[in-house]
Amino acid sequence: MAADWDVSRLMQSLAQQRGGRVAFSEKKYIALLDRPVESSGVLVYQPPARLEKRTLKPNVESLVLDRDLLLVERGKQKYTLQLQQYPEIAAVIDSIRGTLAGDLKALERQYRVDLEGSPERWTLTLLPSDTRMAATVQRIRISGTGDELRQIEMLQADGDRSVMNILHDVPP
Amino acid sequence: MKRRGMAAVGLWVTLVVACVIVIGRASFTADLSAFLPRAPTAEQQVLVDQLTEGAVSRLILIGIEAPDTATRARLSRETARRLRTVSEFTLVNNGESFGTERDRDLLFTHRYLLSPAVTADRFSEAGLRAAIGESIDLLASPAGLILKALLPRDPTGELIQMLNLQASDARPALADGVWASRDGKRALLLAQTRASGSDTDGQQRALATIRRAFDEATEADRAAARPSRLLLSGPGVFSVSSRETIRNDVTRLSAIGLFGIVGLLLVVYRSLPALGLGLLPVISGALAGVAAVSLGFGVVHGITLGFGTTLIGEAVDYSIYLFVQSTQPAYREPAGDHGRWVATFWPTIRLGMLTSVVGFATLLFSGFPGLAQLGLYSVTGIAVAAGVTRFVLPTLLPAGFRVRDVSFLGHALATVMTRARTLRWVFAGLLVAAAAVIGSHRDTLWNPELSALSPLSAADQALDRTLRADLGAPDVRYLVVVSDTDQESVLRAAERVGERLERLVDAGTLAGFDTPVRFLPSLASQQARQEALPPPTELAARLQAATGDLPIRPERLRPFLADVEAARNARPLNRADLDGTSFALATDALLVHRGGRWSALLPLKAAAGSAIDPQPIRVALAEAAQKNALLVDLKVETDRLYSGYLAEAIYLSLAGFAVMLGLLWLSLRSPLRVLRVVAPLVAAVVVVIAAHALAGSQLNILHLVGMLLIVAVGSNYALFFDQRADGNGTDRVATLASLVLASTTTVIGFGVLAFSKVPVLQAIGATVGPGAVLALLFSAILAENRAGRTQGAML
Repeated sequence: MAADWDVSRLMQSLAQQRGGRVAFSEKKYIALLDRPVESSGVLVYQPPARLEKRTLKPNVESLVLDRDLLLVERGKQKYTLQLQQYPEIAAVIDSIRGTLAGDLKALERQYRVDLEGSPERWTLTLLPSDTRMAATVQRIRISGTGDELRQIEMLQADGDRSVMNILHDVPP
Repeated sequence: MKRRGMAAVGLWVTLVVACVIVIGRASFTADLSAFLPRAPTAEQQVLVDQLTEGAVSRLILIGIEAPDTATRARLSRETARRLRTVSEFTLVNNGESFGTERDRDLLFTHRYLLSPAVTADRFSEAGLRAAIGESIDLLASPAGLILKALLPRDPTGELIQMLNLQASDARPALADGVWASRDGKRALLLAQTRASGSDTDGQQRALATIRRAFDEATEADRAAARPSRLLLSGPGVFSVSSRETIRNDVTRLSAIGLFGIVGLLLVVYRSLPALGLGLLPVISGALAGVAAVSLGFGVVHGITLGFGTTLIGEAVDYSIYLFVQSTQPAYREPAGDHGRWVATFWPTIRLGMLTSVVGFATLLFSGFPGLAQLGLYSVTGIAVAAGVTRFVLPTLLPAGFRVRDVSFLGHALATVMTRARTLRWVFAGLLVAAAAVIGSHRDTLWNPELSALSPLSAADQALDRTLRADLGAPDVRYLVVVSDTDQESVLRAAERVGERLERLVDAGTLAGFDTPVRFLPSLASQQARQEALPPPTELAARLQAATGDLPIRPERLRPFLADVEAARNARPLNRADLDGTSFALATDALLVHRGGRWSALLPLKAAAGSAIDPQPIRVALAEAAQKNALLVDLKVETDRLYSGYLAEAIYLSLAGFAVMLGLLWLSLRSPLRVLRVVAPLVAAVVVVIAAHALAGSQLNILHLVGMLLIVAVGSNYALFFDQRADGNGTDRVATLASLVLASTTTVIGFGVLAFSKVPVLQAIGATVGPGAVLALLFSAILAENRAGRTQGAML
């Protein structure tokens, strides 16, 4: 382990990534519901600004974040959202995109960024700096190995949380 | 004679005073009214309403240019913020999420009255299970973050239902949080004025407010990168700039025309009194014309005033005839007695004046208000000018009044006539060539579009297209219009029609449609939805059963039970409830109340990349069995309106020509003489048309009117050549001199219009100006040298 390994070095190595396609499975623990809601699908990332989250189960839904626009496709419905109008959604997706892109500046615009662990097993903790966002999102914790993300955990202000596990090297 | 003369002067003074009073109270306009039909059909009424009152007519498209995105976004926000504080605008949108919370609150509060998904089925046990299951699925998506908080109150997802209905609209791109053009070089805003599109003054104030807001925003912004620029377009911008163009043109061209004619007369007469007296008939005629239009139409259009300059050129002819002809040595008479002039020349002038009046009078029957005004203005102006020349002017002429000898002008024309035999060949060749040109250009001769009359520059129209495309503001072409005597009936009918159209949307025939009932359903529908909601105990029981298999306990959904019960007992939503939301405007644009009649507009959106096929829509309307539902194709209606005008103008021109022929026949009583008078005029028209075709300028309705005017004005000259035969030599030279002078003033009067930026005026000027010269030349060339013929031209 290099002694001078820090968040900028991690970001640099993440920024080298050429993008790609990973599988995810996600569990949302919602107080309102008796059991967690499970979903799974694929994430497709094209550096630097495009991230697609394609949910395959339980329902097919596609969500594309392209710069400022969020395109949602769900069944027959297809709509475009302006990210600024939905800061809660924007925050979550941007945290993933920012990490994937290794864009420390973008992350630091919205979060206080803390890094723990080693290059082999690191955890990045993001705490919202904006009070409006903090009202929804309490903390986002992204862990990974080397330049690969393994898990994204989001804790909401009301105690609900979601855990997304990322599986690499899926067939296209 | 003397006493009658004084009586005529008295009458004239009274008339002039009366006209001045009427004009003082007249209102002047320069809006679209000149182009809108006087007696519209039901379809045309829709078009007219859209153009004058409709929401579309009140939209102003705004573009902001500055060197960088950040500056554009700041200027857009600051300009919008300022505009939102003034009452002149009912909506200012620049892409900021301004007011969307109020919109969402309204939708949420009234969701059980507004959502078309609220049916008895949906609130059955099975329906609830399906709807709640769907909402729980949605929680897994990112949107779940927002929806989660709403779930206990809205487990069936009615808000999402309504948002989905809304979301289909295309929106402009965003840059730094505000709307931007697709090339990213402009920030875009959309403002809707409170003033209607036909209220040009109101539109002008609104535009000034926007410019001021932008200037203030620019000045206040120290960090702004310079230079920045404001671009405006839209129907209001167009009507204001048209009025500006017309006003500038009318002022400038009238001044030039008057200056030219006054200068010419001053050079010729070399006498200020002669000049002043010569202009009396013109001024009287112009005043009477404007007063008559004001009385007849209630409002005077700017274009009519623009036409005033032509009347100057035409009406001044009468005094020229009087001065030049009566003061030649052969006709020198005692002061105040112009009996010989009256006996010799007046009948010819009167006949020429009557032919002109008849020609212009046919325009009175036009359904095109612009033309009808021109007709009334000209008929009144010419008749009054001729009358003043005949009955008032001789009394006012001082003793020994005479103008400078202008016989040299007469000699010049006489020279042309001596070469007539040779020139006739030239004339014949020219005519054949002109006919050939017209023949080869016959398919492209006419411009079939109403926009040919629009005073907008091509640059203005291009800017409008660009801004419109960037803003995604669609050009609405097809509208379904439902009308009835009361709001409730019209809303119910719109719902019936909407149900049918919905099927076409599902089938992919249509991309979608707007309807006022989206945010303002009929009372009947709202009551039906209330009745579909089960009473509290029943709903609680169904909910218990429905959530059995779902991961949610019914106790969590108690707020839902409370909201449903509240909705069951709620007062129906009315229009006033929409105030303060963007739905108020959207609904007002689509629900129109005018003259005791309510109309709902349902603009149709074509599926991407294809045009709308009207046939299935007609079938759908027939199935909806709403007899007051009408499919309107605004483009077809616009084209039909114009082609109607064009067809009518052709018919009226031919009728006018026929009446002129009849009048000449009655007066001259010889087919040959009528032919000799008319032939040079027709030839002049033919050559002018050919010249236009060669120059590549397409003819519109006003060129047609111009042709009628060539005949009407030119007949004055042709008649003198016909009459000239019975005079002696001096007489002949004086007549010719007066004709040269008279036609020159006509050419100046009409000719300056050829330089107008207003196509309506330009068309008339470029037709009549050259036409008048040709009419004189051709008349001279074709005039038979028949010295010794004695038959008079008495009427």
